[in-house]
Formats: sequence, structure tokens, C-alpha cells
Amino acid sequence: MQIIQPHYHAIARTAQDYERMAMSGVVAVAEPAFWAGFDRLYPETFIDYFRQISEFEPTRAAQYGIRHFSWVAVNPKEAENPTLTREVLKYFPEFFAKPTVLGVGETGLHKSTKNECESLEAHVDMAMKHGQLVLIHTPHLADKAHGTRRVLEVLAGMNVDPERIWIDHVEEQTIRPCLDAGYWVGFTLYPITKCSPKRACDMLEKYGIDRILVNSSADWGPSDPFTLQECILEYRRRGHSLQEAIEVFHNNPCRFLGQNPKFDIQPIRVETLSGEPISA
Amino acid sequence: MLTATQVAENYFLESRHMLLEIAAHFDRYDAALARDSAGGGNGRAAAGGGDGKIARLREAIEILAAPAAGRERTVALLELFARD
Repeated sequence: MQIIQPHYHAIARTAQDYERMAMSGVVAVAEPAFWAGFDRLYPETFIDYFRQISEFEPTRAAQYGIRHFSWVAVNPKEAENPTLTREVLKYFPEFFAKPTVLGVGETGLHKSTKNECESLEAHVDMAMKHGQLVLIHTPHLADKAHGTRRVLEVLAGMNVDPERIWIDHVEEQTIRPCLDAGYWVGFTLYPITKCSPKRACDMLEKYGIDRILVNSSADWGPSDPFTLQECILEYRRRGHSLQEAIEVFHNNPCRFLGQNPKFDIQPIRVETLSGEPISA
Repeated sequence: MLTATQVAENYFLESRHMLLEIAAHFDRYDAALARDSAGGGNGRAAAGGGDGKIARLREAIEILAAPAAGRERTVALLELFARD
């Protein structure tokens, strides 16, 4: 089955990931800009990082037949340095012109401070002015519900197109208000700290599949990109057809990311050679 | 050996994760019952032996929350799950 990994931090992973993902059907990954594990001090550090994910990483993925796309952002954890944020934002248009950069992300909130909210607003504003997609990180664990409410409040005060905004890391307590407001949402599958493959399937069954993306966890912390395949297996074991799985794990990423014409992978349908749909 | 504080902190996220999985299991079961009922059947009857298993899990959670004095929770649960 063809799969798209919509949220994947390739620079924190080895080529073995690419090899195994390719063997398991992954055809494309999208890499949001991420926190480095420490707060960066210089705009130039971000610029080189953006060059790495927009210029070098696509070449590494291509060796395994995987398309690589990316996003640019100052991570919410680094928003307490507004001067740095403003300096880095100036460089965004240069990267929007790169052939594989899809938009602004992951921006969002961590502790939901005033500086973080201002940074989020500046990122979204920049994206909207340049016709870019937006990927928004919501906080983890105890801060999630409050942080997600703040994200929605910030967005509600702006002139945005919800269809072009993806609010990520939603869980059972935060999915509904995000969907009700018209945004895309993402489930992030982690070994223990965020959503799990089974809970993701529960939410797909409860809320339907429209405007929902499913991501594996893949960064430098305890994480496993194959939680995505685990989720697909769970979804199929519950009796959902191959085409339904393709809709969630391939076509929905195409639908959201494809709003940026640089993402040119098209939704697909499986059928027999005589043109009959595959029912199983 | 770890201190009590280290034990509480080191395994907190793992236990949180397992509890959420159990909560999701119960929610999934209730949703399935509701679907069965909406389809015209008796949800609990359609559950077959499932209801007994869910009841056993609920009993296990009560043991976790209020264990018998002097008895390890793991032993109590293993005995519970070994019951006919």
C-alpha cells in the first residue's frame, strides 16, 4: 500500500528509516522545522537548518525513491527570543521559493506564553501573505487542552483560510473544536507520550476521515516512524477496506499538502485490471 | 535501587499511556455496543463473552485503586485473570 508520512523529522533519523519506509510503501515524507533539543542563538543557524531540510534532505530521500518535502518555522520553544524570531522570519520568502518547501511549520505553542502567541501570529500572518500552508504544533501532555484553545483563539482573531491550516497532535479532548472550526487536524503516534495507533483508529471511526492526517513519531527522542504502519494494520484489522486505508494514509495527505502545487502526488484508487473496485 | 520519587517519576508516562489505552478500550467497547443497538440488536447480548471480559477488567481496576492490605497488586490481578 502507498503511504505518505506527513510529519517526519528526517535529519534526526538514519538512512535505515528511509530504506525500511521505502520497503513498506512510503512514497513521500514532509519534514516540518523542529526544535534542535536546545535553543538556537543565531538566525544563521536556522538558515543552514532550512537549507539542510530543503536542499540536502530531498537528495538523501531520493536515494530510496521517496519524495521529501519540508516546512520552515522557528520552533515554539524558541519563541521566547522575539528578536531572533523576527530575524529568521525575514528569510522565509527565500525558502518559499524552493521547489519542495510547502509552507510554515511547525509553528504553534509550547507553554502558551505571550511571546509564543505573538510568534504564532507572526508565522501565520507570514504564511497567509505569501499563500503558504500552515502546520501548527499543539502542546504536549498537561498543557495540551489549554494550548489548543489558545491556538484557536489566536487563529480566530486573524483572517485565515482554515482549509489551509493543519493543527497537529490533537487527541480526544482537542479534536472536536479544531474540526468544528474548519481546520485540518493531525494525530501523532508516539510510543507513549501522544496518541497511539489504536486510539487514532478509534478517532477515525468516531469522527470520520475528512480533514484528518495521521503522522508517525519520528524525531531524535523516543519515537518510531513505523507507528504509522502499525496504525494502518490496526485500521485494516478492524475491517476497513484497502481503499479506505488509502484515503486516510495516502489521499488525505495529498488533499491537504496538494493545496500547494509543489506537492504533486495525486490521490489514488485501487481497482482490478477490469476496472472493478477492490472491496476487501 | 530507585527512590520512591524516582519510581513515581520514571514510570509515570508509561503508566499514563497504559491507562489511556484501557480507557480507549472501554470507550471502543461502548461505541461498539451502541452501534450494535442502533442496528436493531441487543448490544450486550451481541457482545457474547465480551461483557464478562470487560467486567473482569473493571474489577481489576478496582483492585488497583483499593488493594487488599499486604497483598501485591500483580498477584491479585493474576489470580483474578486466572479465575474461570
